[in-house]
Amino acid sequence: MKLIFLVLGMLPLLAQAADTSTKINVSSCEVCHGKNGVGKNEFPRLGGQEPAYFVKQLQDFRAGTRSNPMMQSVAKSMSEADMAQYAAYFSKLPLPAAKASTEDAALLAEGESLAKNGDWPKGIPACFQCHGENGQGISRDFPQITGQPARYTAAQIANWKSGSRSNDAIGLMKTVSDKLTDGQIKAVSAYLSQGVTK
Amino acid sequence: MKIAILLFLVATSAFAAEEKTFTPPAERDIPKNEFGDAVRLGKSIFTDTQHFAKKYVGNGLNCSNCHLDSGRMADSAPLWGAYVRYPAYRAKTKQVNTFEERLQGCFEYSMNGTAPKSGTPELTALVSYAYWMSTGAPVNTKLKGAGFPKLNKPELAPDYARGQKVFTANCQICHGSNGEGIKVAGKFAFPPLWGKESFNWGAGLHRIDTAAGFIKGNMPLAKGGTLTDQESWDVATFVMSHDRPADPRAKTGIAAAKKDFHEENCKYGETVEGHVLGE
Repeated sequence: MKLIFLVLGMLPLLAQAADTSTKINVSSCEVCHGKNGVGKNEFPRLGGQEPAYFVKQLQDFRAGTRSNPMMQSVAKSMSEADMAQYAAYFSKLPLPAAKASTEDAALLAEGESLAKNGDWPKGIPACFQCHGENGQGISRDFPQITGQPARYTAAQIANWKSGSRSNDAIGLMKTVSDKLTDGQIKAVSAYLSQGVTK
Repeated sequence: MKIAILLFLVATSAFAAEEKTFTPPAERDIPKNEFGDAVRLGKSIFTDTQHFAKKYVGNGLNCSNCHLDSGRMADSAPLWGAYVRYPAYRAKTKQVNTFEERLQGCFEYSMNGTAPKSGTPELTALVSYAYWMSTGAPVNTKLKGAGFPKLNKPELAPDYARGQKVFTANCQICHGSNGEGIKVAGKFAFPPLWGKESFNWGAGLHRIDTAAGFIKGNMPLAKGGTLTDQESWDVATFVMSHDRPADPRAKTGIAAAKKDFHEENCKYGETVEGHVLGE
């Protein structure tokens, strides 16, 4: 009986092994990015991410046009085919279920308004205008932003603002980030971290 | 001394004449009553026309694709700019039209669909939304920021090939390499600029001068004002040199419709890349 459970328990692993005959090693990603690439703290969520965006980021790390010592080293060890396989694997993992942020309601309401309506009098479009209806991501240039850890999102916006990240298409995120106040960054990062909400 | 005072007066009166852009009421101030319900429905139709006014729409667009920030934004033909200017005589229809009739025109041309009849819930909701948004605005006035900005004629004649380069560098990431837009889960996340899912040849934005003004003021989204006037004219020329749904007014052929409706600022009826536009 115990043996049956053991074998059943191993089935997903066996299936995974069959799917990925080459050398992708998801568990090494999960050390930092969490089980199923769910993301935590400053490590972004990989699960459900747009595969074309995923590959482009790895290419940019490899080329040095996106900077992060750990990821630049990881990307240098990867072939194009590896990148595509990791992207395909993580993109198929489901989006996170909505989970409430512990931030206060007024801050989350401000974040929700920025995500859905933007702040056009300041020239800030809604996040969801370009990242999809629920921020689920659209294409290589417009990734999934919902379900990302608040610390990750806030850090990226700060990086665009300072210029230390500059691999955005036609400078769009630089333009938007420059206009966001610290309070707005905190609000929108907290709201987006809650995952897909309708 | 007198001259100094005079100059001071001129300067201050010029300053006083500097008109502020109208600010529509905040969304949270929509009243919580039956009228407010109509306003909210109007906003829903405006931002998700595909869903809330589906039966009147014949393409892939929503009103808010061109009227940004849910119809609130100055220089992207805001609802508050339009509402206070009707009824008005329009050269397009050669008669005095009410605001409701103006909205019907949007459905016929920009949405390439069928105009909802007066008294339908959809049309009443849209009028209610525009009326509420214009709270406090003076009627029969051209407000600052109404319509799309007018650009001066460019130095060089607008050019398709230069426009194509501007398009590839700035527009393609959202609108696609063939102007087809980008769809996610069957809905357009970025609107199509030409082709059968876009506005038809009767919509105002197909005019190159109008499109150039819109582009200069608002495109790429969040980066309005960054293209030069010349680039805006060139890219508008490129975009409006592609085919789109037929002009519903062209009852007796393209040549007649070109003469009647498309004499200026427009490529309708011309041969571009071996194809007669409007066919």
